[in-house]
Amino acid sequence: MIPTKIAIEGNEAAAYVAYHLSENIAIYPITPSSPMGELADQWASEGRPNLWGTVPRVTEMQSEAGAVGAVHGALQAGALSTTFTSSQGLMLMLPNMYKIAGELTPTVFHIAARSLAAQALSIFGDHSDVMAARATGYAMLASNSVQEAMDQALIAHAAALESRIPFMHFFDGFRTSHEVSKIEQLSLGDMRAMIDDAYVHDHRIRALSPDHPVVRGTAQNPDVYFQARESVNPFYLACPTIVQNVMDRFYERVGRRYNLFDYYGAPDADRIIVIMGSGAEAVSETVDTLNSGGERVGVLKVRLYRPFSVEHFVAALPSTAKSIAVLDRTKEPGSLGEPLYLDVIGALHEAVTGGIAPFTAIPRVIGGRYGLSSKEFTPAMIASIFGELGKDRPKNHFTVGINDDITHTSLDYDPEFSTEDPETVRAVFYGLGADGTVGANKNSIKIIGEETEYYAQGYFVYDSKKSGSVTVSHVRFGPRPIRSTYLISRASFVACHQFHFLERLDVLKAAEMGATFLLNSPYCAADVWDHLPRQVQETIISKKLRLFVIDGYRVARDAGMGGRMNTIMQTCFFAISGVLPRDEAIAAIKRSIEKTYGKRGETIVQRNFAAVDAALAHLEEVVVPAEATSRSLRLPVVSVRAPEFVQRVEASILAGEGDLLPVSVLPVDGTYPTATTQWEKRNLALELPVWDEDLCIQCGKCVLVCPHAVIRSKIYDPAALADAPPTFKSAAPRWREFADRRYTLQVAPEDCTGCALCVAVCPAKSKSDARHKAIDMAPQPPLRETERENWDYFLNLPEFDRESLHINQVKDVQLMQPLFEFSGACSGCGETPYIKLLTQLFGDRALIANATGCSSIYGGNLPTTPYSVNAEGRGPAWSNSLFENNAEFGLGMRLALDKQQEYARELVVRLSGKIGERLARELLEADQSNEAGIEAQRTRVRMLKDVLREQNSADARDMLAVADALVNRSVWIVGGDGWGYDIGYGGLDHVLASGANVNILLLDTEVYSNTGGQMSKATPKGAVAKFAAGGKATGKKDLALMAMTYGSAYIARVAMGANDSQTVKAFLEAESYHGPSLIIAYSHCIAHGYDMVYGADQQKNAVQSGHWILCRYHPDRVSEGKNPLQLDSKPPSIPLQQYIYNEGRYTMLTRSNPDEAKRLLEEAQSSVRSAWRYYEYLAAMPGAPEKAGGEK
Amino acid sequence: MIDLKTTYLGLPLNNPLVASSSPLWENLGNLREFEDAGGAAVILPSLFEEQIELESLHLDRALSMGVDSYAESLSFFPDMQTYNQGPDGYLEHLHRASAAVEIPVIASLNGSSEGGWIRYAGLMQEAGADAIELNIYDIAADSRLNAADLETRYAAIVTAVKQSVRVPVAVKLGPYFTAFANFAERLDAAGVDGIVIFNRFYQPDLDIEELSIAPNLVLSGPEELRLRLHWAAILYGRIKADIAITGGVHTAEDVLKSMMAGASVAMTTSALLKFGIGHASTVLSDLSRWMEEHEYESVRQMRGSLSLRSAPDANAYERANYMKVLSSYPAIRSDSRFEKQER
Repeated sequence: MIPTKIAIEGNEAAAYVAYHLSENIAIYPITPSSPMGELADQWASEGRPNLWGTVPRVTEMQSEAGAVGAVHGALQAGALSTTFTSSQGLMLMLPNMYKIAGELTPTVFHIAARSLAAQALSIFGDHSDVMAARATGYAMLASNSVQEAMDQALIAHAAALESRIPFMHFFDGFRTSHEVSKIEQLSLGDMRAMIDDAYVHDHRIRALSPDHPVVRGTAQNPDVYFQARESVNPFYLACPTIVQNVMDRFYERVGRRYNLFDYYGAPDADRIIVIMGSGAEAVSETVDTLNSGGERVGVLKVRLYRPFSVEHFVAALPSTAKSIAVLDRTKEPGSLGEPLYLDVIGALHEAVTGGIAPFTAIPRVIGGRYGLSSKEFTPAMIASIFGELGKDRPKNHFTVGINDDITHTSLDYDPEFSTEDPETVRAVFYGLGADGTVGANKNSIKIIGEETEYYAQGYFVYDSKKSGSVTVSHVRFGPRPIRSTYLISRASFVACHQFHFLERLDVLKAAEMGATFLLNSPYCAADVWDHLPRQVQETIISKKLRLFVIDGYRVARDAGMGGRMNTIMQTCFFAISGVLPRDEAIAAIKRSIEKTYGKRGETIVQRNFAAVDAALAHLEEVVVPAEATSRSLRLPVVSVRAPEFVQRVEASILAGEGDLLPVSVLPVDGTYPTATTQWEKRNLALELPVWDEDLCIQCGKCVLVCPHAVIRSKIYDPAALADAPPTFKSAAPRWREFADRRYTLQVAPEDCTGCALCVAVCPAKSKSDARHKAIDMAPQPPLRETERENWDYFLNLPEFDRESLHINQVKDVQLMQPLFEFSGACSGCGETPYIKLLTQLFGDRALIANATGCSSIYGGNLPTTPYSVNAEGRGPAWSNSLFENNAEFGLGMRLALDKQQEYARELVVRLSGKIGERLARELLEADQSNEAGIEAQRTRVRMLKDVLREQNSADARDMLAVADALVNRSVWIVGGDGWGYDIGYGGLDHVLASGANVNILLLDTEVYSNTGGQMSKATPKGAVAKFAAGGKATGKKDLALMAMTYGSAYIARVAMGANDSQTVKAFLEAESYHGPSLIIAYSHCIAHGYDMVYGADQQKNAVQSGHWILCRYHPDRVSEGKNPLQLDSKPPSIPLQQYIYNEGRYTMLTRSNPDEAKRLLEEAQSSVRSAWRYYEYLAAMPGAPEKAGGEK
Repeated sequence: MIDLKTTYLGLPLNNPLVASSSPLWENLGNLREFEDAGGAAVILPSLFEEQIELESLHLDRALSMGVDSYAESLSFFPDMQTYNQGPDGYLEHLHRASAAVEIPVIASLNGSSEGGWIRYAGLMQEAGADAIELNIYDIAADSRLNAADLETRYAAIVTAVKQSVRVPVAVKLGPYFTAFANFAERLDAAGVDGIVIFNRFYQPDLDIEELSIAPNLVLSGPEELRLRLHWAAILYGRIKADIAITGGVHTAEDVLKSMMAGASVAMTTSALLKFGIGHASTVLSDLSRWMEEHEYESVRQMRGSLSLRSAPDANAYERANYMKVLSSYPAIRSDSRFEKQER
């Protein structure tokens, strides 16, 4: 049978096998393994059967600890069970894994290997996670490519069943998990042939059953634990042979040969690299190139890392080996060497001393680290390692791929060294997240991979921002298998799908001589040249590039495709690159459009067809002039006014040159300055809000709702206008008490993302033209220069005196400086306005503990960070520990501050004689319940420090170190619903019960937003999400109600778009309450499937329909004889349908399963009604009950 | 025994009370209730071709939003193998409705392209529609389109659909035609089996507080019947096609007037929304009682008895009557344009 050729990602390759060989799959999303679980869930909801003809059950759990617990249980009950995970997820599984292995339970965990959070989190690939799990007793099988991810998944499942040893089957996160590659698909027949049902039946027999009861999981004592632990040895000894036998059977059946250790290279090699994972492919490619140049080198690919078979290892090594470099994709600080290195040393020693080695003396072995967090690992680096191995005294414990200028571990390499196959088409595409570039390239790979004999590979690089992110697609096609597991640095084809990238990025860096450059340009072939920056012109000329242009956006618009020009640019690529004959390519694109979009409707298909046809008609080649004539230059990455660290470090990262930064410039402990997003001018908005000062009522709603803090207002002395730029606008303030000053509402033109939420919430319409509001959107380019000047001027106006403001009024809040600005959150984000409000109100004294998730990504993803500082240099201090522990992390901060304040107060008493009775008394008795009180205390602390500096006692020095703790701090615990409702719920619950004075801001998007839309327990009934493809069948957890049961925590449920003054009130009450406070904030999100410009409207609808009941529960009201619960919502006034059917997450179900949608809607509507009745009942209860004896 | 039987579009009906197109009929239980109450036929809600396109665009948008932008969230929704897209849901409902009730089920179609009209009409026929009502709802806001071309387009739609389906075809029109009698005859010549008068155009209200346009669906009132009676009376006997009156039919009296003006059936929905579906049986029993009291034997007997052709004072339908009415009206209320209508 001819195998089916498909182009898929590594995750899909592994999940395909895992799904067919499992009955119960328990999962929890984590990057980059999430797609495996999502695909399994999707296949199950489509009713796809497994190998035995039954549909696996896929269960999403509350954490990886939960997922692995469920897997353990399922295995004990006799099911074939699996899970998928990465990184921190694997860490949460560790205790269960020891159990599963200790009980000799066959299972396979498929792992997209990823870095662990240390000095920082990283979602990218290395082996830190699997190496941290190497002691669990799991077998470890590594896959190096997408094909192997499928093949070895099957080998792992077969070997696990036979050996009874659980397996970790792992492959490199992103590099393999997300690479699209043409592979041969295993058939169900292949799986049938490899899986012996006898072992499945054995597994069933061992299961727990009351029909033949046993007890498993006893507690053992010093007398027998040790012996019992050794009882498993025979299984581990047998495992390598079992795996090799399975590999042999696989070869017979499928024809692809795998061994426990695969050697590739010269049979008489003197230098060898030992490596595991995707890097082995690049090494193989380099080995070929070097050997063809007369060298004798080779690579030993480690597949079965645990149990480590010395016998198989040395048998695979050529006897001619003189020196060996063992490469680890992990770091174990303080160790003698990384794990694979130590294993190889040990293995060689044992083999030589045991007489089973092919050589008598142990070859020289050096160890090195490479590729941490998906750092590039290229043939150039590999060649330098082979070069090092040839030296008399090669460097041990080296690093490669970085410049370690501190401990000098790094190897130098020649970046010009290349092994690229000249017959392979190498194409690099620059696109914007939203423009469909990545999708189009994935599609092209499918077309070429599945419809031609060519091999194809695609790898996609995304930047660290969620809005306006740049994507770079690296795509290879060619007649020979592609083993290049690294980015393209010599491209024969470069496409830039966004004209404005030319201003900032060197998109032609990778173009080789004579390459083709396709540019999406608003200018036609005749005009485009003069609009190119000078550097671009020079590169085109010097590299002799062929230049083609198309106005992709216009063609897309004309075809009714809005801003999506994926099929248009794809058509141009095929037309120019000549990978396929033009007609064939067009026909293939159209077939693939049918396949991809057919299910979304005929209209979509027809519009795409029209776009394809129009693309060819609008594609033009530009006659390249002989000389560069442009006077415009590429823009500087950051302003010259930026601080030194930003200039030196962050600007390089922004410029895409972070790889070149040496170790010495990076902070040693992960500590970075805040307030740096202000230096990154992203110019994302096509349109900007423009203020009509005559129409504006100065309500402040636009300032409040702006997700990126780009609309701000100030009131200031009119004299300040004397040297204002000519277009700077101002108006008389609509505050009676400030009538003699001026008011300005100003937009930051280069930071705005153009979401238009401000326009949507603006209530001020023109009396003669209702379409015109006090803020309207207008095209950015003509405004950019003048508004940039105005913005700079505005920033230099003094901030308004906070003490004269009514901070409980939205109108006054607009005048408070935000200390969270220009984050990388999605355009129109529903979360960030709450965080910004937090910083406006309390930012100068806030410590923020932030759970991993969207808010930690836009809050702390390098290069620049959005938390900022006021004129005094104060601002939020922010930290992200983990996903699951955030409430505890924040509580720890509170406990520390309380302790320090307590100690400081003790010291004040102790030192009162020295510091003066009056100051001491004032420090101890200070009323810090408002801003004036806090400011006064700060002044006292300054005075105290002045006094202390003159003292020379241990107490005085101690007092100096903790004096700042005398000023009250505001501790905020921030996270999303995935954290608060699911993985961190236990901690959240504990902190709520603790009575500690912390404030918890739960940004509820009702779905895991950061990892791509998986269901959480906050997801409402009937909403479609990943893991709820058939619509969530159960209702949203009422966390507010649950938290109220303590009676001692302040609880508020808010929705800024529905009632902004209630939101402000809740923040103030929460912060001033001396105990735990929880604010659950409705946050609209792009995962809801509608245009975010309607975010505030939908918040209103959510409240009016009764889905989101606004309320506040204040324990202090009890002592006033009042009911602690106040409803801030009115009874539901619109049907639920009127709210939910504006959102794709709900309407999708009406398309995929209309009957179920109807049923769930009815149930949800009825739940809304009963919830309202219940809340109304609770809120209507009388206040504090009378005590016995009529005593109040 | 009073004979309430009538025929409409060649379909024999037990009586002239037909349910006009409304969301009520999205529910099979409501359909059965209407049948049990004695209703003679039902027009299902319209299938809107533009709506199908829009839904398709929305689905595509929802599935494409935010994809491939950030490495952790490369998509936000499961991409299912199939979606109930395009007309599938409507046709499924039509199929179920035809099976659920004995009375004729008429599908209603609002197309936006010539191909769409033909394609969807064919699909409706296959799904079991007893007839098709073409709901040509078109606001002629495009000033480049003149009246003659517009009428020609309507006639062409009728011709095209008639040629493509076997089941009878009615057309539902709005009242705003300059020469309606002439236009009705053109449609008649194009072979239409029935003309339904009149469509009520969606007229949003203005919100003077919010300075916005407020969607405002107002149910028909009995006063709207007059215009329909007037035109049924004029057309009766001049065209081969059946006439159906829709809009303002709330009581047995309204049904009687409709018959006498020349309609084959009287269509109602607002009254059913207001008083419940069971109201149909009240209308029918009132109808029988009235006919009994007034010694009518059959509905057929009265059809067109007050049409232009037969009315004792035919002038009343024509211009001469206008002068008389105008002078007899006491005063025109100045605020009538914005008069709050009963919901």
